[in-house]
Amino acid sequence: MAYEITLATNMGIMVIFALSLNIIVGFCGQISLGHAAMFGIGAYTTAMLTKSGVPFAAGLLSASLMAAAVGFIVGLTSLRVRHDFLAITTMGVGFLFIGIVRQQDWLGGELGISSIPSAGLGKLGFMVLVVALAVLAAGLSVYLKRTWMGFVFDAVADDEDTAQLIGLDTARYKLAAFVMGSAIAGLAGALYAHQVRFIDPNSFGFVESVTVLAMVVVGGIGSVLGVAVAAAALAVAPLMFQFIDDYKLLVYGGLLFAMMRFAPDGVAGLVQRATMKRVQS
Amino acid sequence: MLYLDLTLQGLVQGAIYVLIALGLTLVYGLLRILHIAHAALFTLGGYLGVITFNATGSLLASFAIAMPVVGLAGMGVYELVYKPILSKPPFVALIASIGLFICAEELFRIVFGPYGISYASQPLAGVVPLGNGLTLRTAELAAIAGAVLSIVLLWLLSTRTRLGLAWRATVTDPEMAESFGVSIAQVRHLNFFVGSALAAAGGVMVGLLNNLVEPGMGAVPSYKAMAIIVLGGLGSIPGTLVACFSLGVIESFGSIYLGALLDRDAIAFAFLIVVLMLRPQGLIAVRQ
Repeated sequence: MAYEITLATNMGIMVIFALSLNIIVGFCGQISLGHAAMFGIGAYTTAMLTKSGVPFAAGLLSASLMAAAVGFIVGLTSLRVRHDFLAITTMGVGFLFIGIVRQQDWLGGELGISSIPSAGLGKLGFMVLVVALAVLAAGLSVYLKRTWMGFVFDAVADDEDTAQLIGLDTARYKLAAFVMGSAIAGLAGALYAHQVRFIDPNSFGFVESVTVLAMVVVGGIGSVLGVAVAAAALAVAPLMFQFIDDYKLLVYGGLLFAMMRFAPDGVAGLVQRATMKRVQS
Repeated sequence: MLYLDLTLQGLVQGAIYVLIALGLTLVYGLLRILHIAHAALFTLGGYLGVITFNATGSLLASFAIAMPVVGLAGMGVYELVYKPILSKPPFVALIASIGLFICAEELFRIVFGPYGISYASQPLAGVVPLGNGLTLRTAELAAIAGAVLSIVLLWLLSTRTRLGLAWRATVTDPEMAESFGVSIAQVRHLNFFVGSALAAAGGVMVGLLNNLVEPGMGAVPSYKAMAIIVLGGLGSIPGTLVACFSLGVIESFGSIYLGALLDRDAIAFAFLIVVLMLRPQGLIAVRQ
């Protein structure tokens, strides 16, 4: 049973993480190749705070706020550069984050931080909390899609210049997407830190950024259900099948490539095409 | 003295960046694709180089085999990967390329083993004195010579031949070029062939410099080369050259003076972010 609980907890954390990226990439159409940095900032914040005696709940909250603050700064870059330039800039943010953390002795440097306090809820209690937060994140995403803000995100993702032309303050909405996405990623990172109780810079590198992007892409960019299912499936796949664990990167890379090559709209798009008869134009 | 030495080391690093980034910027200029998988071709070049050398004992044979084979592989990547998704939004090709690169890295690990291959007897291992106590290894000198040679050849190709004319016309206006009888497909194939062959030469060079070819050798150059072509203004060849050498020098100074704060790779990206925030169009902007 303990194994299943760990599995469900990991799934929940990855679902929250993937949904957070989905707000930025899926809803608002802003590419980010450095999202693992937000996850890492959350993890490091809560690790430092709770190790110095701050209660778990306050650690979670501060992790989220800290990631949101950094997300705001990253969001500012999206006002300056777009598309390919933004992709590489956010990738740079990811490298900058691990590059800085590696050199800081007070953050544990290359060795990382160990013996992070557990949440104090027991394994089952922690799992319930994580799953509840995952459901909350999914609910928030679905709700967000239906609000005015969700419509503006759609417009920005579709054609930013036109959105601006009709008087939408696209800068504010892009910032909002980055702040929300980063805050939720920070929360996921904090949960991760309390789950594994050991973190080091290598857990938040480019491969992790690409992994979470793979979850969003495989699920179907912008589809809440698709992304949640893909994140859950890809999070447990390496644990369930030893083969996938050994060749994890081969499978992830191959999936990412095959999805883009043959079905750029992801599993959600495939399902939609299979169930709906589209009018051929 | 230290400054001169650091500058020299930076220029060597810059020369390596030139060999990797020229191909990338060629691809971007023509197709607007951030071709991350380019670094997989670079690694493939490194492997072909070391394997050929260890089998034949001739460095010339290494280049003669690695460059055309990787050039053809580059054309294959275009045909199989990019051509079918050119009409899709740009992130589609970018993510496909990342996927392909991660996959290829893992394949290298499985096929050639995780620990890498060294040269049986290291060629170009001598040291050349430059006066004033400065020295360069022969391999480092060769890297600089290789970069300069590629720049000159590329310049001659693009300005002195009909093929180069067709290539420049296609970059400027593909439809107009096509209506003047330029075969777009041919230009794209040439583009990938030349760019990938250059990457292979870079791979062989880096293998020589480190006397090691390993599966992950493409990772850092690939991301840094992205930073370089973005810095250079995406698709501008002069901009790319400026970016390559300035990044090489900044890194070599930065790792001395900023080492306590950032590691070497982060310096490149810190530089990238600062420049992009000041000049979002890159160091040398491309006319759209």
